[in-house]
This record gives sequence, structure tokens and C-alpha cells, in this order.
Amino acid sequence: MSEPVTALRGATDAAGIVQIREIGPRGMITLRGDLSDKATIKAAVAAGGVNVPEVRHCNTEGESGIAWMSPDEVLIMCPYAEVHARIADLRTKLAKQHSLAVNVSDARALFSVTGPHAREVMAKLSPVDLHVDAFTPGMFRRTRLAQVPAAFWMPQEQTFNIVCFRSVAVYVYDVLKVAAQPGSEVGHF
Amino acid sequence: MLTIHCPNCGITAEETEFHAHGEAHLKRFGPGSSDGEFEGYLFMRKNPKGVHFERWRHQNGCGKWFHVARCTMTLEVFGSYSAQTYAPPQDILDHIENRRPGWQESAT
Repeated sequence: MSEPVTALRGATDAAGIVQIREIGPRGMITLRGDLSDKATIKAAVAAGGVNVPEVRHCNTEGESGIAWMSPDEVLIMCPYAEVHARIADLRTKLAKQHSLAVNVSDARALFSVTGPHAREVMAKLSPVDLHVDAFTPGMFRRTRLAQVPAAFWMPQEQTFNIVCFRSVAVYVYDVLKVAAQPGSEVGHF
Repeated sequence: MLTIHCPNCGITAEETEFHAHGEAHLKRFGPGSSDGEFEGYLFMRKNPKGVHFERWRHQNGCGKWFHVARCTMTLEVFGSYSAQTYAPPQDILDHIENRRPGWQESAT
């Protein structure tokens, strides 16, 4: 099979107050269905390798995980090489459920923002309360990053992972660099 | 700027995360209706100074639709409620009555 190519070929930038990295490729599956249905939950857990998270949370473990996207949608993450096997398994298990599982791995870009100022950089770009008490590791937020839709979570303190559409990957990377310009610390958090 | 609550995902955020989609609780007039009714359904909208019921969508969030009751003059948001309804729920109406006594008479 051909080599997977990410949107920015793993671009990194450490010139600013945080370290910005394009990570991935990552296997991503959008699963829509009734999230209170036992068979759907069971299939999602098998595909994601973790429990289905609570509302507005995500469970991640290395490259695998499940994120809550909306009342009828979760994002399942897995190693890129395994996505075809996992989606086939998911579709078999959910053949009798009213559901939809789509491979979106190549339609998304994934970034990580790391450093003591990570909260500040993210707070400059999204209308989200990112206070230490308000947004904690384990939470998942779909929102916007400046002008484009994005979603993010914190795998650990001082690190954000951002998912956005692949088509706006350059924009997200550039706008993160602007928000992280040297000397632009706000010192709010 | 409005602070809006999405009843679908429970997020309260400012309005740039949402998108307004106009007047709520319209009755559809489709095939078989008179020209006047169809025109009214398509084009005629209330433009009140005061209490207004609107459809909103959590555009940059969960992507779901819901309803918002707000005041077009003071921008006060009275509350949001499910999209799966034909009329505002009683608790929202009570709250509006509390904040704007007699609003229903002045709205007509």
C-alpha cells in the first residue's frame, strides 16, 4: 500500500512560546449511532480500545481512544495501519444497528501544542474557558480555532491535541504560530 | 455579544460558536396551500422589538439545532430549549413573563 502522507508532513515549530507539531497520521473513524444502545457501545469500545467517554470527554490511550463529538457521534482513534481492519470489524458488529462508520483518517489533521504556555495559546484562538479548573485533561471540546472548526483535548497538563479538517491544516498551523509568537505571553493562567 | 447555552451538548459559549437561523415555530405551507399562505411561509417574518424565538445551530460544536428565546432590544437571552417542539416550553414562557410582564399583548 502507498505511504500515508499528512497534510504538512509533520511540520514542527518551536520558535515561539510553545512547541507546535503536526502529529499523525492517525486512524480516525467517525461513528454515528445511538450511543445509549448496548451493541453500539460494545462495538465502539472494541474499535477504540477504551471505554466510551462521558458527555464532552474523551478517553485516550496512546494512539487509541474515543472522543465524544455530539449526542449521536463519537470519534474513534487508532493506529493508522489498523483503521481498515477496525472499521470492517465495526461495520460487521453494527450491521443490524442504525449507524454509520466512516474512515476519516485522511480527511483530518492532528496537531500537538506543548509547553507551559499551551493554555494561553489555545485561549487566544478559541472561545473556551481554559482556566485550569474549567478545562482539565480528559475533557474534549469541539469549537473553533480562529476562523475554522476544530476540536481539542489535553492528553496531559501543558499539552493540547487538536483535530481539524485537513483542508485547513496550513491555516491552523500558521494561526498557532502567530498566537505563539515570541514575547506574546499574556500570563493569565 | 450573546452567551448561549446548547441544550444538546450542555456547553455555554459565546455566540461566535453558534449560528442563528431565523424565526422559530414557523408553520410550513407546501403543495396545496394558497399563494398567500405560501408567500407568508417563505418570506413573511416577524421583526419584533422585544421577545423573539429563534432557531440556532451549534455550528462549531456538536452541530445540533435548538431554540433560543431572547430579546432583540436588550439582547437578553431568556433561555434555550429543544428543537423537537412546536412551541416554547412553559418554563421559558414563565421566565419571559417574569422578566417582561405583559409581553404577549405588546407582541401582537
